Amino acid sequence: MKKNFRGLFFTPYVLWLAMFVIAPVALIFYYSFFDIHHNFTLSNYQEFFTSGTYLTMTANSVLYAFLITLFAILISYPMALVISKLKHRDLWILLVILPTWINLLLKAYAFIGLLSHDGLVNQLFQFFGLPIQHMLFTDSSFILVAAYIQIPFMILPIYNSLTDISGSYIRASRDLGATKWQTLTKVIIPMTMPGIKSGIQIVFIPSLSLFMLSRLIGGNKVITLGTAVEEHFLTTMNWGMGSTIGVVLIISMVIVMLLTNTKRKRRRA
Amino acid sequence: MKKFLAAFIAILAICAGLAYGSDQLTKSTGDTGNKVLNLYNWGDYIDPALLTKFQKETGYHVNVETFDSNEAMYTKIKQGGTSYDLTVPSEYMVEKMKADHMLIPLDKSKLTGMNNYGSSFMNKSFDRGNKYSIPYFWGTLGIIYNDRYVKPGALKHWNQLWSKKYRNDIMLIDSARDIMGFSLISMGHSVNTTNSAELIKAKDKLNRLSPNVKAVVADEIKMYMAEGEAPVAVDWSGEASEMMSQNSHLHYVVPTEGSNMWFDNLVIPKTAKHFKAIYAFLNFMNKPENAAQNAKYIGYATPNTSALKLLPKSIKDDKQFYPTQKVIDRLQVYSNLSPQKVQEYNDLYLEFKMHH
Repeated sequence: MKKNFRGLFFTPYVLWLAMFVIAPVALIFYYSFFDIHHNFTLSNYQEFFTSGTYLTMTANSVLYAFLITLFAILISYPMALVISKLKHRDLWILLVILPTWINLLLKAYAFIGLLSHDGLVNQLFQFFGLPIQHMLFTDSSFILVAAYIQIPFMILPIYNSLTDISGSYIRASRDLGATKWQTLTKVIIPMTMPGIKSGIQIVFIPSLSLFMLSRLIGGNKVITLGTAVEEHFLTTMNWGMGSTIGVVLIISMVIVMLLTNTKRKRRRA
Repeated sequence: MKKFLAAFIAILAICAGLAYGSDQLTKSTGDTGNKVLNLYNWGDYIDPALLTKFQKETGYHVNVETFDSNEAMYTKIKQGGTSYDLTVPSEYMVEKMKADHMLIPLDKSKLTGMNNYGSSFMNKSFDRGNKYSIPYFWGTLGIIYNDRYVKPGALKHWNQLWSKKYRNDIMLIDSARDIMGFSLISMGHSVNTTNSAELIKAKDKLNRLSPNVKAVVADEIKMYMAEGEAPVAVDWSGEASEMMSQNSHLHYVVPTEGSNMWFDNLVIPKTAKHFKAIYAFLNFMNKPENAAQNAKYIGYATPNTSALKLLPKSIKDDKQFYPTQKVIDRLQVYSNLSPQKVQEYNDLYLEFKMHH
């Protein structure tokens, strides 16, 4: 009787998972085995892994996602470290999260205003007598804007793991004669590794397919897998190929998860 | 637990209140009445004043829903669950919807004012005899330039875009058919070619254009050009007229060797229900004074030649948007390609975009 009752509580959760997690993923897998004539085939996968276009695109996407994640960590870690030491740290972290309340598209347009030919940055350059720079539609502007958008998602987990460290560890490290640098590299960073890893998980995969930004800021000079997915679903209506790319993205997600998870388990054991 | 329950009930109550409110609001806009017409149109593609006028004259309320690409419109209608009475596909999409049995033929006996349309815009390859479609607006693909950077009249041909003068200067509209199309035209081929060798040559030629390409963008191109971000762009005439209304330094040219001519057309999809309202609306839009008012508001070229006569001289004599018959004769209309060929165009286009 009691067991049945518990099962009842569990049903909505299972239904939710089935409808909104398992079913869509299964559908993507299902569609990926069909060509434009709705014939069952493996040709989509064959095309993906033999075509130079898709392989270069994948390599590009991974490279850009890697760079975006790297810059996000480089900026987020010191920032989280400083914020965790501040007096009103909750307020500061709120300010960091604030930009996520604004729509992605609006933020992209704001950057267009900043980086464009007559934008604020170029006006500043002119004020100091520097030549006008073409900043929009370059790889670096794309990485800058993408990293900016991902930073809050990187800071939060790192910040949380930083505030979880008990002050006594740091005092102990100092008492035992460690310098500030040694405390940071030997105590704080290893203890915040789980935070960094979940930050990577949240940032890396979405960065593989930022098709909106690659068009608005990158001017389609940066082509990622997201661009191809958009094209297959909206223009050529080749849902099979689009799903195949989706499957590749899901599998890379699993790989990233595995890579960032194993070590944590080992440490606990 | 009590607090949690209270919060839960409060949220439910708020949701119910909002649902009731939105229901009341939709009712008050007349969504549920019988005297309605459901128009599925491109965003901002009809003068709202005309809709009010139509309701005053006939009593039919027009519900407008919008789409932003032919493909999105096609998918939504095909999947069902909608009740659109009229929609506005471009020419190749009329052909595709016709082939997929998604259109209802026009009942010519119920239509008036069809003789207002110019012969250059009727009986086109995508719908012989206008069995299914009435042209709504038409336009071209061309080159927009900013006279602060490019001498007026200097740009006249597609091939000039490849000149070293325009290094990192050109913005392209993100559309596979159009970009591949002007490359094909520049080599004297048809924009509807299915010859793979010609397509590959067109892509190779585009690859050589890439040092000159600043960006490949969508709707944002209007904003960028109006702000002077790039001196030259390749885009559609309708978009050009919008840019030019914001920046007087911009000009539009249709290259003399030819270009694409596109049509947006009113058609009745299979989902239509309110046939009286449909024909009332089509006849209303056929009237020269209404078509003229719409053309003035939208800024695209009207195929309704009687309406054109009513437009001010500054519009009807504008050779940029109403080119001479000689230019019109050289324009090519897109025909619907097989899914494989669409894929081939898009794959080659994607390769061009990846080429640095």
